[in-house]
Amino acid sequence: MKFRRIKFGIMKFRFNLPLVLAAMLLAAMPLAAIAQTGVLNVPRTVEAGSAFSIPTSGSGKAVLYIVGPEQVLRREVQLGESVSFAAGELHNAGRYVAVLAGDSATENGAFDVVASQPASLSFLAKPSRLPVDLQNGISGVVYVFDTFRNLVIAPSEVSFQLSGVAGAGQARTVATRDGVAWTKLNSAAKEGAAQFIARDGGISATRVIQQVPGDPCRLRMNARLSNQKLSGAKQTQAQPRLTLETEPVRDCGGNAVPDGTIVTFKEIYKDGEATVDVPVKRGVARTEMPAYPGATISVATGVVMGNEIRWR
Amino acid sequence: MNKKSSARKLLPMGSSLIFCSIFCSIFVAIFVFAADEPGADKPAVQVEPTNTVGPRTLEKQTETAVVRDYLDAWRSMGAALDQNRAQLLDADFVGTAKQKLTDTIHEQAKLGIETRYRDTAHHLRLTFYSPEGMSLQLLDTVDYEVQIVDHGKVIGKQPVRTRYVAVLTPTEVRWKVRVFQAEPE
Repeated sequence: MKFRRIKFGIMKFRFNLPLVLAAMLLAAMPLAAIAQTGVLNVPRTVEAGSAFSIPTSGSGKAVLYIVGPEQVLRREVQLGESVSFAAGELHNAGRYVAVLAGDSATENGAFDVVASQPASLSFLAKPSRLPVDLQNGISGVVYVFDTFRNLVIAPSEVSFQLSGVAGAGQARTVATRDGVAWTKLNSAAKEGAAQFIARDGGISATRVIQQVPGDPCRLRMNARLSNQKLSGAKQTQAQPRLTLETEPVRDCGGNAVPDGTIVTFKEIYKDGEATVDVPVKRGVARTEMPAYPGATISVATGVVMGNEIRWR
Repeated sequence: MNKKSSARKLLPMGSSLIFCSIFCSIFVAIFVFAADEPGADKPAVQVEPTNTVGPRTLEKQTETAVVRDYLDAWRSMGAALDQNRAQLLDADFVGTAKQKLTDTIHEQAKLGIETRYRDTAHHLRLTFYSPEGMSLQLLDTVDYEVQIVDHGKVIGKQPVRTRYVAVLTPTEVRWKVRVFQAEPE
């Protein structure tokens, strides 16, 4: 046997290369034994919640592990027999590793559990309240789930329908992609509550969208002298007053704006000016202002200017 | 004389074994230290460029935050399943995803099992950002290893490559995983 010399610091070694290689091989053998595993005959895919079985071979006892982040199962098995899993036992979709650990050998496999049929919709409709006649103002997003709350990845058709307000409703059908479908719809021209329905086969989900009037579109007011009922000296000294009243305030679609919408009356007279903010009540805004001869009175709400009146 | 000669022959053989032991020890030490390095456990992450994610524009900052929070979710999931501590999921999971992982952890604890997930590579693609910004979906082709430990005994380790579909929703400070599901590639 020939030995080579090697100097390692102050230490001197003599070694034989075939002997070193043989020793390393011996050391690696237990690792190789661990790595040596068989292939477990598992189904390629299993539908969530359905019954299935895994055949085993050999004899003796072993433990079968079905492991995934979504679920874990452990079963003591008799080798040579099929291991059966009842309906509903493995119900979470995902990728599962199957390991059959016996006394002498380990068999591995992997399979997918896929979602079953659509059973529920997670429907997000936004916003819940918006002005009428808004293009693409309403959005709907649907995630499709099965009975076990698994996302159904397989494509399916989801129909979106917006109805319940006068006029033709809107409908759109969209195919899901990776379990999600979405759409955008216009709000109706008339105010009122609309039903926003998403439907996938026999299952549906409904949301209510409140469509409210938009901004005032046209503003017009009238003025007349107030009927003052004062007595004695007060009657002679009192400044005459004007009653200012708008016509019903509406948006561009003819919908009455909600009560509480602020209307501003402004009077400019010789010695100064006066402004009054009034909320709309029962569709109109009304106030009183001093009747100065030569005064100019204007009205506005939001970005809309109304008519002007010059008092003589 | 014969004894001396056989001693001379045995001495180099012993040296070979000592040399081999030293070599193996160094090799094992390097391997162990390499595994303990902080960067060694980090998975390789690749994010596919997002041209369109549906009805809403995805800002770069949002994309970065989503990817960061999703990868954090993998870390916390790994730790939770390894230690059977469901509370480790709180920071990164919500809704169905959290419920399912929590159930898995409770089942593991009942069976005396721990599972060690080590994600080695993620290939991410952001696919859908909802119109109101309330949910974001991504697809992740992920490589990971799973090791099963039953009552302290390592049963086996297996590499897995699969595609995850995740839906994340924004919370006060971060994105949390609401749907987390592997599907056939």
